[in-house]
Amino acid sequence: MNLLKTPSFLIGMGLFLSTICIALLFPLFYNLDITTRAGVPYMAPSAGHWLGTDHLGVDMVSLLVSGLRSSLYVGFLAGIIATLLGTLLGVYAGFKGGWIDDIITLITNLFLVIPTFVVLILISSSLKEGRSLALIAFIIGATTWTWSARAVRAQASSLKSRDHIALARVNGFGTFGIVTMHILPYLLSYVFMVFILQTATGILSEACISMIGLGPYDSVSLGTILNEAMRNEALTDGAWWAFIPATILITVIVFAFYVINTSMEGVFNPRLRK
Amino acid sequence: MLKRHPTLHYILTRAGWYFLTFLVAVTINFFLPRMGPSNPIDIIMAKVGSGLDTKAAKEKEEAYLKEFGLVELDNGGAILRDESGNPVRTPGWKQFRNYILMSLQGDLGTSFLNYPKKVTEIIKQAVPWTLALQFPTIMLGWIIGNILGALAAYRRGVFDRLFFPMALLLSAIPFFAFGMLLVYQFGIEWRVFPAIGGYAGNLIPSLNWSFIGSALYHYILPFLSIFLILAGGQAIGMRSMCIYELGTDYVKYAKWLGINENRVLFYMFRNAMLPQLTGLALSLGGMIGGALITEMIFSYPGLGMAVLTAIQGNDYPLIQGCTLLITVSVLLANFTVDILIGFFDPRVKAGQKGK
Repeated sequence: MNLLKTPSFLIGMGLFLSTICIALLFPLFYNLDITTRAGVPYMAPSAGHWLGTDHLGVDMVSLLVSGLRSSLYVGFLAGIIATLLGTLLGVYAGFKGGWIDDIITLITNLFLVIPTFVVLILISSSLKEGRSLALIAFIIGATTWTWSARAVRAQASSLKSRDHIALARVNGFGTFGIVTMHILPYLLSYVFMVFILQTATGILSEACISMIGLGPYDSVSLGTILNEAMRNEALTDGAWWAFIPATILITVIVFAFYVINTSMEGVFNPRLRK
Repeated sequence: MLKRHPTLHYILTRAGWYFLTFLVAVTINFFLPRMGPSNPIDIIMAKVGSGLDTKAAKEKEEAYLKEFGLVELDNGGAILRDESGNPVRTPGWKQFRNYILMSLQGDLGTSFLNYPKKVTEIIKQAVPWTLALQFPTIMLGWIIGNILGALAAYRRGVFDRLFFPMALLLSAIPFFAFGMLLVYQFGIEWRVFPAIGGYAGNLIPSLNWSFIGSALYHYILPFLSIFLILAGGQAIGMRSMCIYELGTDYVKYAKWLGINENRVLFYMFRNAMLPQLTGLALSLGGMIGGALITEMIFSYPGLGMAVLTAIQGNDYPLIQGCTLLITVSVLLANFTVDILIGFFDPRVKAGQKGK
């Protein structure tokens, strides 16, 4: 069974690539302007402004595309940080065993039970003025790595006792060589799935943290668009264009990630097939 | 003695571990807000030091300084001041000690915004609303989600092909955005349900029918917004658990032996339920903090609104009180699950005896 022949994988990839295309290519032929008040507040969609304007009269299409770019940026940065941290610690703990494993597992489990969202609220609320997009991504990555560390550790520790690892050791490979040459390749598809889920988590976490008013101060993200719409009575004014498109964008990205993940699971875990 | 009582040994080690986690959580809760540039201590100290405040405001702030143990006191209980009249700051470790002692006594301090109301008082008012919103929703979402997931796994075919992508899509919608859509469509466009609040504005919370009716009426939208997404997520988890169980050797063997299909299904269901039960206990533990944003969307008078107003008003004692409560409830739920699994899961039991 090949990934590229799996319809759900293709659908997920298609959805994901189209959001990437919107984020990267759309600004080339559309002038994104998120500072000028181009119209009256909450102007309904028209030929000039396809999705109307926000509570200040700023063009909604510009806001959405900029928001999409920020959200993808936060998601990927947080996903990369969390996956790197989780994979490195997980592989190291799983492969090394002994007291190093005990300590890493202890720390992982500790931060696994302390609610991530609480830590996010505490950090973000103490950084009232200085919350940049990158910092938020970093905070999310640094608080969500734990479950991937645990998952990767379990995988690595099951690989440890395989024959080819023993052979590599006999042939004089050091820990670094064994991990990079003989353990990571086996985990690659798994780590990629972890990365996809971590990125989805990153996008959702950013939206959550922005929704409660602790989002980035310097940029527009899909979460801050929703927060502004909520705070400025878009709901009671009937300005659906101020929040429905942003909701759809978040949902489509996260859905695409979930679909890619489950389809990969179906390919790499034959038990799910029928 | 402990060697001969593996179960007791297990419970005690888990309890010790969770106490350690609790200490780490309290430490984080104390230090994180104080690390940033806009930390609560500096805000209070700056206000007190500025000397521009009126006498009443000054008294209020002095009360804070004393109450949070931020400044050194002389023997008479008055604030110790240096030559220029500024209060002498307590060193950080002493503040931390005071904070821990206060928290252990169940005193979470006084709210900044609602002075002189205690944080515990505000939390006590909010928590019943949150529990009333979350408990039935989690239970129903869990039951219905699991039934649907098991059905999808067992039937496969058209039902699964329609149901699975639907559930996946539902679980991809951020639950607060889904709440906003519900408020907009049912509360504002169609006006069939009240959009915000926990009860009609002209009523006072009390146990009479008009209040209960109003509260139930206001309950429907927030309930739906959590229920649907929760059920979708549960169904996905249950579906893949059941598919896994259906492919195991014992199911194949039982089928091959010709055992009644319903009986096989029962065994499979029972085994697939174990992780789901753990999930239920964990979401019940997380329920105090689980609906924060949903409550904000619906202006529901629970803990979420308390956190939101606290964040907007820099009400650090209230923020810290809420986060501590959320953390403690999650820790307690995890501890309970660990103990219960120790009793029910034969694999963990075997592990205890082996040691």
